[in-house]
Amino acid sequence: MSEAANFIKLCAVGDVSQDLPFRAQLEGTDLAVFQIDDAYYVTQDLCTHGPGSLCEGYVDGDEIECPFHQGKFNIITGKPTAAPCTEALKIWNVMVKDNKIMIDPASGHVATP
Amino acid sequence: MSQPVSTLPLCEARVAALVAGVVVIGAGQAGGRAVETLRAQGFSGAITLIGDEPDPPYERPSLSKEMLHVTDQETIAWVQKPEFYAANKIDFRPGTRVAAINRGQHSVTLEGGDEIKYGALIIATGARVRHLNLPGASLQNSHYIRTLADSRALRQRLVAGSRVVVIGAGFIGLEAAAAAVTRGCAVSVIEIGSQPLGRVVPAQVGAYYEALHASHGVKFYFNTSLARFHQRDETVIVETGTGDMIPAETVIVGIGVIPNAELAGNAGLPVERGIIVDEYGCTADKFIFAVGDVAYHFNPLFDRHILLESWQNAQNQAITIAKNLTSLAGAVPYAELPWFWSDQYDVNLQMFGLAEPEADCIIRGNPKTKSWILFQLKSNRMICAIGMNAARDLRPARDLITMGAVLKSEELADISVPMAEILRREKRERALVG
Ligand SMILES: Cc1cc2nc3c(=O)[nH]c(=O)nc-3n(C[C@H](O)[C@H](O)[C@H](O)COP(=O)(O)OP(=O)(O)OC[C@H]3O[C@@H](n4cnc5c(N)ncnc54)[C@H](O)[C@@H]3O)c2cc1C
Ligand code: FES
Repeated sequence: MSEAANFIKLCAVGDVSQDLPFRAQLEGTDLAVFQIDDAYYVTQDLCTHGPGSLCEGYVDGDEIECPFHQGKFNIITGKPTAAPCTEALKIWNVMVKDNKIMIDPASGHVATP
Repeated sequence: MSQPVSTLPLCEARVAALVAGVVVIGAGQAGGRAVETLRAQGFSGAITLIGDEPDPPYERPSLSKEMLHVTDQETIAWVQKPEFYAANKIDFRPGTRVAAINRGQHSVTLEGGDEIKYGALIIATGARVRHLNLPGASLQNSHYIRTLADSRALRQRLVAGSRVVVIGAGFIGLEAAAAAVTRGCAVSVIEIGSQPLGRVVPAQVGAYYEALHASHGVKFYFNTSLARFHQRDETVIVETGTGDMIPAETVIVGIGVIPNAELAGNAGLPVERGIIVDEYGCTADKFIFAVGDVAYHFNPLFDRHILLESWQNAQNQAITIAKNLTSLAGAVPYAELPWFWSDQYDVNLQMFGLAEPEADCIIRGNPKTKSWILFQLKSNRMICAIGMNAARDLRPARDLITMGAVLKSEELADISVPMAEILRREKRERALVG
């Protein structure tokens, strides 16, 4: 991973908690910022099944449950873990610096099944 | 979740499935989830999926929601992409009806006369709409919403300025009413009961939906029966029992569904509205299972049989039963708390559990706003939770209900105490005690 040059700020560490993910924006797309223990993760906010916003969802361990139909994804890998979701979420590499949560926009990728 | 238990009858069905294959009747949501799960579990036997609709399995909820709001774009939630079935060696037969189940021969007869053998049979035939039995009403002048074809036909008719009458203020009727009024139609809803959603939710929630629809211009006729339809050229005039004449270009009927249980009944399997099955989805015949809208199933959480017409039940019951059919680890009973949702205008309703008329109702938040929750308690234990635009705060209620937690109504009503916090505390206390 290259240094901070490519990383852009999404939010402050204090904007996110375990229960309450934060909705950030990247070039007009909504992203979801999650905290699991001391680590932070970023996925696309829009569920791959329908219109559910994952930031509004229910965090259960390292899974996010969509508020719409309770499909689930692994927050770390983006992979679907419960029906009706069958397609993985896009995820980004995260860096935390000076209490800022940052991602490398170019690192966005979808895990292969 | 309960521990898997080994049940001998299921072992026999498992072996038979491997040897002679699984046949699934009905390619709806439950049928689709069943075959998908069999393959996901590594089941290597033959799978035949037989459905009388022309399309591969899809989810129905959008048919009365997103699909009706526009005409230039289709929102179809396929259970799996159409190419999935062939790619996974599933013999999918669309446009094909099963005419009979021959239990003695372990086979089904198709409408054309062909016979297909099964080792294990899963009946996922769902339900069909109940038709109006009324002078003047016909399939030409009444729209029902169950299939993609129904929804496609109806949405073409919801043109701005036209008049729409909705018969029945249940969830599907109200969702259609919301779509029609949003598209600029003049909408009247005729309901035999005294308020919307009367059979499934407490009065406070019904009243909320009445006000919501009224604020968008929907006109309600409650406690109103129907006398007949009169056809005047392109217009239907709906005559009510009290003599009102309500003209409409389009009539939408949503008065409930009838489980497609006749195949099972004709094969001598016990039916009580739906096909009677145990918590493993098994009928009286150990090689035949039923799932989804057609299954009158035993739910251990309620200690009785229930029939659900819901998306969650179709999906999760099918998944559980298909897993049991393939898993060597033993069988897990299907014991889920019912969950349901509805989208009308900008309000998303979600409901956990089944409402009961005599339970205590506690309101969290303000029903005059777009976001609030109603809890139902019995002997201080939560049995049902209904949230309007409150998905996250509502979600802990699911666990609080299944845990049987004893709760204080003042705390539940206090929006400054997050529901997640109440759940965490209850879990902690249990961990200490346990
Ligand atoms: C318009 C609409 C909106 C809905 N909205 C919601 C919602 O918001 N939330 C919610 O929880 N639930 C909702 N539901 C309910 C949910 O869609 C159903 O509970 C679910 O579809 C049931 O799935 P199923 O597979 O059991 O039955 P179905 O989806 O009915 O599938 C059964 C299939 O079997 C076929 N079949 C029947 N007999 C035969 C035969 N002899 N041979 C071959 N094929 C046969 C049928 O044609 C059908 O294709 C909605 C339903 C409708 C119609
Ligand atoms: S929109 Fe997320 S599970 Fe359906």
